[in-house]
Amino acid sequence: MNDRPQQPAAPVTPGAPAGGGRAQAPVRQQSARRRFIRSAVMVGSVLSLAMLGYLPVAGARKPRLRPPGALEEHDFLSSCIKCGQCVQVCPVTAIKLDDIDRGFGVGVPYIDARRQACDFSCDAVQCILACPTGSLTYRKPASLKTRAGMPLAEPPLLKAKENDPEPTLNLAERIGIARLTRPDACLAVQGQGFRGQTRGPGYHGRLRYVTVDRWRPLPVREHPYDRDLCNLCVTECPIGDAITMAESVDSDGRKRYRPQVRAQCVGCGVCEMICPVEPAAIVVAPREPWAA
Amino acid sequence: MSGLERLRVMFGAAPRKPLVITPEARQVHGLKRMTKAEFEAMKEHARAHKLVNHQWRNRRWLVLIVVNLLFTLSFWLDIQMLEGALTASRFVGFHLIDLNSALQVMLAHKHIIVNLFIGTATVFVLWVLLGGRSFCSWVCPYHLLAEWFEWLHLQLVARKRVSDHEFHRGTRTVFWIAFSLLALISGYTIFETISPTGILSRALIYGPSLALAWVLLLLVFELVYSRRAWCRYVCPIGLTYGMVGALSPLRVEYRLEQCFHEGDCRKVCLVPHVLDVVIKGRAAALKTPLGPDCTRCGLCIDVCPSGALVFDVKGLQKLL
Repeated sequence: MNDRPQQPAAPVTPGAPAGGGRAQAPVRQQSARRRFIRSAVMVGSVLSLAMLGYLPVAGARKPRLRPPGALEEHDFLSSCIKCGQCVQVCPVTAIKLDDIDRGFGVGVPYIDARRQACDFSCDAVQCILACPTGSLTYRKPASLKTRAGMPLAEPPLLKAKENDPEPTLNLAERIGIARLTRPDACLAVQGQGFRGQTRGPGYHGRLRYVTVDRWRPLPVREHPYDRDLCNLCVTECPIGDAITMAESVDSDGRKRYRPQVRAQCVGCGVCEMICPVEPAAIVVAPREPWAA
Repeated sequence: MSGLERLRVMFGAAPRKPLVITPEARQVHGLKRMTKAEFEAMKEHARAHKLVNHQWRNRRWLVLIVVNLLFTLSFWLDIQMLEGALTASRFVGFHLIDLNSALQVMLAHKHIIVNLFIGTATVFVLWVLLGGRSFCSWVCPYHLLAEWFEWLHLQLVARKRVSDHEFHRGTRTVFWIAFSLLALISGYTIFETISPTGILSRALIYGPSLALAWVLLLLVFELVYSRRAWCRYVCPIGLTYGMVGALSPLRVEYRLEQCFHEGDCRKVCLVPHVLDVVIKGRAAALKTPLGPDCTRCGLCIDVCPSGALVFDVKGLQKLL
C-alpha cells in the first residue's frame, strides 16, 4: 500500500545482505514479482487499447469532410490538437468533433454537409484563423503533401462579397468536390420546378441569404423557394462559377437541364445541404480531387 | 535529497535513505528519540488538538471548477474569454497549449507553426511559475472525478470489500516514452485518443460523447482494483508537468522540527513517495522541499496537525 514505507523495487538475493540492509523475505520477493507482472500486463493492456484506435482510421469506408483549409488526412490527424477552437468560431456551427468510434480521430473536426454545410458566412474562413497548430491553414508548408486536382486554379470568388474590394476567399485547396451522383433523381434533370421549404419544416440548417441579411445566416426553413425549374444548388452555391446549369436540346426538340460542377468548386457542401430530393441528388465527395 | 535524486524518484525509483544528514537535522532526530509510550502519548496529544481542515482542498476545487466552467461558458454564452479546450485554447486572445498535447502533435506532425510554439512557451512559463503538476490537481477535470472515486475506494477498502493493488511507478515513465515514440513513428497523436483529460474537457464544452464510457471504465478500475491508478501509474501529462515542476520555485516544504511523524500526510497523498522525507529519521535537513512529482494539491497541508508542511516559494524569504 502506498501509505506504508516503500520497499526497494529490486529483488535482493536471500541471505546476501545488500548495502548493510537486511535480506528480503521470500514473501516480499514474491509480492515484488507479482507487482512486476501486474505492471507489465497493465502497460500492455493500455498500449493495446490505445492502438485499437488505428482500426477505425484504417477501416474508414466513407472519408470525412474536413473544415476548409484542412491538410491531407494523415497530416490532419497528426497535427490536430483536438481543441475544437474551429467549432467555436463557426457562425453556422457546421463543424462538429468526432467521437471515440473514430479511433485516433477522436476530437477531430468534421462537417456533415447534409446536416449543416459550410456556407462561408464568416467571410474570412475563421476556422483556419482559429486553428493553433496549422491543421487548418491558408498556406500549406511546401514539405507537406499536395495531391493533383486539390489546389484551386484561382482564389474562389465569394458571391456574398462580390462588390467588396477583396471579393475572394483565402483558400488555396478544395476540401472535396460536388458530384451529381443521382442524376435521375435531380429535379432539374427531370425538368421539374420546386416550391416550398427545401428539406421540410423540421430542418435546422442555416444559410446566409445575402439579399435578406448580409451578416446573419437564417434557418433554411424560413426561406421557402418558388422555382419553375429547380436550380437551388446553382443559386445557393456561395462560390462564383462553381456550379452552372447546363442546357441541351434533345433530338425531339425538348430542352434538357443538368447542374454542372466546375473546377472552382471548393467542396463546401451547400449544394448537398440545399438539395430538396431525399437523399440528395448532388453530394460532396470529401477530399476528392477535381477531374475534368 | 538532491534534485537529481528527486527526479529519479519521480521517474519511478524507490526513495532511498539519505547518505548525509546535516548536524542540525541530526540533533532534531536525536531529540525525538523516546520510548514507545512517550511517542504514543505525544501522538495522542497531537491528534486531540487536530483541527479538521479542508482549506486548501476547497480552494483547489473552486479553482478547478471555475477554470473548467470558464471554458464551458466561453462557448455556451459566447463570452470569448477562454476559447478551446484544455489541449489548446486562447485566453482573451493569447494562445495557450497544453505541454503534453503540444509534445504529441510536434512529434507526430514534425512541423511547428509560430502559434503552436508561442502557446507552448507561454504555458511552459506559466506552469514553471505555478508549480508544474499543480496543473493536475488545480485544473485537470479527471483529477477531481478521480478524487471522488478515491474516496469511495477507500470506503470500500475500509469495509474490506476491495483491496488496493499497487503497480510499479516506473510504468508511467514507460508510458511517457512509449507514447512519445508511437507519436513519432506512427504520426498519430495516439495518447490523445485515450486521454481522459482531453475527453472530459471536450465533453464539458462540446457536450457528452461515447468516449466518456472509457473515462467511466478508468474510474471503476480505480474504484475496485487500484487506487488512483491512472494518475499514479499511467498519465504522461503528469510526468510532463512533473518535469516542469522540477524547475518551479513554488513547492510544498517539509519542516522537520514541527513534525510528529504520524504519517497522516502520506495516507492522503496521491504521490506518497515525495513524502518519504517525513518518515522518522529520513529528513536530511531542517527544511526540505518536496519532489517535483508533488501536485501541490495541499491535502497534506490540510491534514497535518502541526504545520510541518507549508506552501513555499523558493527564494521569497530571502527577497523579503
